[in-house]
Amino acid sequence: MLGQGFVSAAAIAASVLFILSLGGLSNQEKAKRAVWYGIVGMAVAVFFTAFGPGIGGYWWMIPMMIIGAVIGWYVANKVDMTEMPQLVAALHSFVGLAAVFVAWNADLERRRVLAVQAVEGATEQFSAFAALVATKAPDELMFLQIEVVFAIFIGAVTFTGSVIAFGKLAGKVDGKSKQLPGGHLLNAGAAVLSLLLAILYLNGAGFWTLLVLAALAFFIGYHLIMGIGGADMPVVVSMLNSYSGWAAAAVGFTLSNDLLIVTGALVGSSGAILSYIMCKAMNRNFISVILGGFGGTQGPAADIEGEQVAIDAGGVASALNDADSVIIVPGYGMAVAQAQNAVSELTRKLRSAGKNVRFGIHPVAGRLPGHMNVLLAEAKVPYDIVLEMDEINDDFPTTDVVIVIGSNDIVNPAAQEDPNSPIAGMPVLTVWEAKQVFVCKRGQGTGYSGIENPLFFKENTRMFYGDARESIDSLLPLVD
Amino acid sequence: MKIGAPKESARGEARVALTPESAKQIQKLGHECLVETGAGVAAGFNDDVYREAGVTVVDGAEALWTQAEVVIKVREPSEEEARRLRDGQTLIAFFWPAQNEEMLELCKAQGATVIAMDMVPRISRAQKMDALSSMANIAGYRAVIEAGNNFGRFFTGQVTAAGKVPPAKVLVIGAGVAGLSAIGTATSLGAVVRAFDVRPEVAEQIESMGAEFLFLEFEESQDGSESGGYAAPSSPEFREKQLECFREQAPDVDIVITTALIPGKPAPKLWLEDMVEAMKPGSVIVDLAAEKGGNCDLTKPDEKVVTDNGVTVVGYTDFPSRMATQSSLLYSTNIRHMLTDLTPEKDGEIVHDMEDDVIRGATVTHQGEITFPPPPPKVKAIGASKPKPKEKEPTPEEKRAAEHATFKAQTKRQVTLLAVGGALMLLLGQVAPTSFMQHFIVFVLACFVGFQVIWGVSHSLHTPLMAVTNAISGIIILGAVLQIGSGSVIVGVLAAISVLIASINIVGGFLVTRRMLAMFQKS
Repeated sequence: MLGQGFVSAAAIAASVLFILSLGGLSNQEKAKRAVWYGIVGMAVAVFFTAFGPGIGGYWWMIPMMIIGAVIGWYVANKVDMTEMPQLVAALHSFVGLAAVFVAWNADLERRRVLAVQAVEGATEQFSAFAALVATKAPDELMFLQIEVVFAIFIGAVTFTGSVIAFGKLAGKVDGKSKQLPGGHLLNAGAAVLSLLLAILYLNGAGFWTLLVLAALAFFIGYHLIMGIGGADMPVVVSMLNSYSGWAAAAVGFTLSNDLLIVTGALVGSSGAILSYIMCKAMNRNFISVILGGFGGTQGPAADIEGEQVAIDAGGVASALNDADSVIIVPGYGMAVAQAQNAVSELTRKLRSAGKNVRFGIHPVAGRLPGHMNVLLAEAKVPYDIVLEMDEINDDFPTTDVVIVIGSNDIVNPAAQEDPNSPIAGMPVLTVWEAKQVFVCKRGQGTGYSGIENPLFFKENTRMFYGDARESIDSLLPLVD
Repeated sequence: MKIGAPKESARGEARVALTPESAKQIQKLGHECLVETGAGVAAGFNDDVYREAGVTVVDGAEALWTQAEVVIKVREPSEEEARRLRDGQTLIAFFWPAQNEEMLELCKAQGATVIAMDMVPRISRAQKMDALSSMANIAGYRAVIEAGNNFGRFFTGQVTAAGKVPPAKVLVIGAGVAGLSAIGTATSLGAVVRAFDVRPEVAEQIESMGAEFLFLEFEESQDGSESGGYAAPSSPEFREKQLECFREQAPDVDIVITTALIPGKPAPKLWLEDMVEAMKPGSVIVDLAAEKGGNCDLTKPDEKVVTDNGVTVVGYTDFPSRMATQSSLLYSTNIRHMLTDLTPEKDGEIVHDMEDDVIRGATVTHQGEITFPPPPPKVKAIGASKPKPKEKEPTPEEKRAAEHATFKAQTKRQVTLLAVGGALMLLLGQVAPTSFMQHFIVFVLACFVGFQVIWGVSHSLHTPLMAVTNAISGIIILGAVLQIGSGSVIVGVLAAISVLIASINIVGGFLVTRRMLAMFQKS
């Protein structure tokens, strides 16, 4: 058994390693090293805690760890890069559920210790956590209970929210915004009830209050995320990421474990920043995203003049052959059609012909922050030609050809030109400033938000209808 | 159907409506092509070349007009030609229906369908048949060449051993298709080009061609563009301003190319006699509006005149015809596209679809009726968008004031936040036990570190960031590890499940992050 000194030292080391691990993600090369910091930090933390003072139950613990590791290993190797959003959401739900369990346990242990103390005084030897509880003063126990309430509530919301987000992203649950009659009033009601239960619990009510509290929080998580549409998923996923962090931090407080608090706070703030970035990229208020759907417009949207002109693969190919600079703007449609490899092949061909090919990525393209970057990286598109919106927006006027693949709202000029548009003010990629724009799209529908896109009617825009992958594949032999 | 191109009857007209190249394409539509002997000679296509392309060469105009079911021409028909039209025959040519009412009546009386190439609506889809634009393009180019021909100096500035040559200064008035083409030609020859247009929104196009836009300071900035991408007549005040601007330019410029036309009206007089007088000897004026009376006071249509002060005024009206080969190639392609639209099934059968915006717009007589003027097209013309109002540049003082204001606002917000936060901490410290506050300090610091670190994360690595935070939030396993040894069975079971799922998180999260990061390759 290792002493408490070892455990504390390990906690400090692990905290530092985790911070380095997150900080290293500032660029692609450093990131490859940084992930090892994270792994080592985790190994140190788990090892020293597991062999710390007063820990038992190895017969349970080690097999469970091994089984979990095998499942994790299997999933991580099997998952497709297009399925990353689902995987991330699923992993969030695990943290949420674990937080709920650990918090329940904390209360059960508290009751057990109190019961034992009441009967025979502090004579029995408690293990690990129970031993800690036994030393606590009454006011500390009161705070412990408050922390338990927080941990259960946040954990439970994270759990069901992530499960629904997983379902929506995996296509198992309808992606549209859907709510039970009563809408957000139901959520508010459940929240008020939870508060009542929390007060009851703090005043000495039984363990059942925590079970009901968890059930209510489960409902809130479910109902909240059901009400949010598919294209807002980047915000939802990063928000749940944040919650999973706060849940871990809350558990850290209950267990008086600084390592848990630090890690939870890191994860929580990371998710919060991601949510903020995503909201800003959509010019939406965080609250309005969570409440779901688009707000009412202030007036009628401007009429669109012009017509959509279609073009065939030959036309696109000849424009590409004549072009010197090409920018490709991918969106969720590329991921759906699994077109990233075809796009990569096209990029390779164009680049070997000496053309300047780059990618413009909008922060909310896809269903997860940075989703497009990962897909393109998987298809072996070099990351130094994959640029962010702010880096590339000024270059559109000097670009010969822009190919928009499966994105819609993020290239909608209405965001800048029509103050009545629901997406007015949202930063967009100004593709229409290029000499020619080809839009690769399945058909003449509107995007997720149901907003007509004036880009498709512009004079320099041609519509290249068809499945994204087949369309790009049909271009390949025509491009030299 | 038999498509036939006669020899142009107008004097000096060298163009032809059918070239061997376009004939090949028209044959692919299932049509048969005829051409009158010698029709293409002036444009550089002799009869043998036509024969090689599979075109039947017909002797004499009479024979051609009788054999062809569709006659394609460049110029409007002469009276003699119009009388040759018969019921059911189609004529495709420039027609100018607004100016040629008698001819329109005559063609109607003959029962022929007439498609006027000059009436093709200006919409995106019809650009490939827009013969006016293709001819204007040639006219603009040729205008510069004509000017160069009559100008005694280089266009481009040079420093040679024999002395320095200043560049020629060219002023282009009217930046339509012809104007833009003239700007492009003159800049590529090396001249310094300025351009003027009443439509402020073309400034961008002018600048993109490499010329300087002469901007008029005018209060009630009127919008000179009308639907259809043509200019509208301007108010007298505006005109005064405009002339003033030209008067300033006159002594400075060497070459003036005027292209200002208003549809259905005589050309506006923009380059007055006193301006010509103010110009340097040896300067050249090319008036592309000569056919409609000319933009310059001294223009004589179809003639080149030299004024007393040695300024050459070129008033030719046949610029496209002077480049007959190029014009014929482009015009015949326009005609070919029109025939493509008229032959939707590519089976050699002409379907005259009066529901089609383009065909409806261009058709002036059909089935014994005059169908001119056409209803407005369903699709609005291009170039009708209003220019955006120019934003006022803030002065340095205003900028500084604005910066100062934002700085103050930020400071205020931060101080309030800190004060509120501090007060809350104080309150919490009153009720919470010391041990809690110690942990709370750790928590707050960790949040700060997190915020600082995460802002530095590259956007492209957001997905790996989520995966790695997923993995490290599996740290919750520690909580379960601390509880798993408890004496209670329920606690043990719950803790065991937590250990299991947290392990999935840790291993899955880290491995998938590694997998993703390994994919990011530098080129």
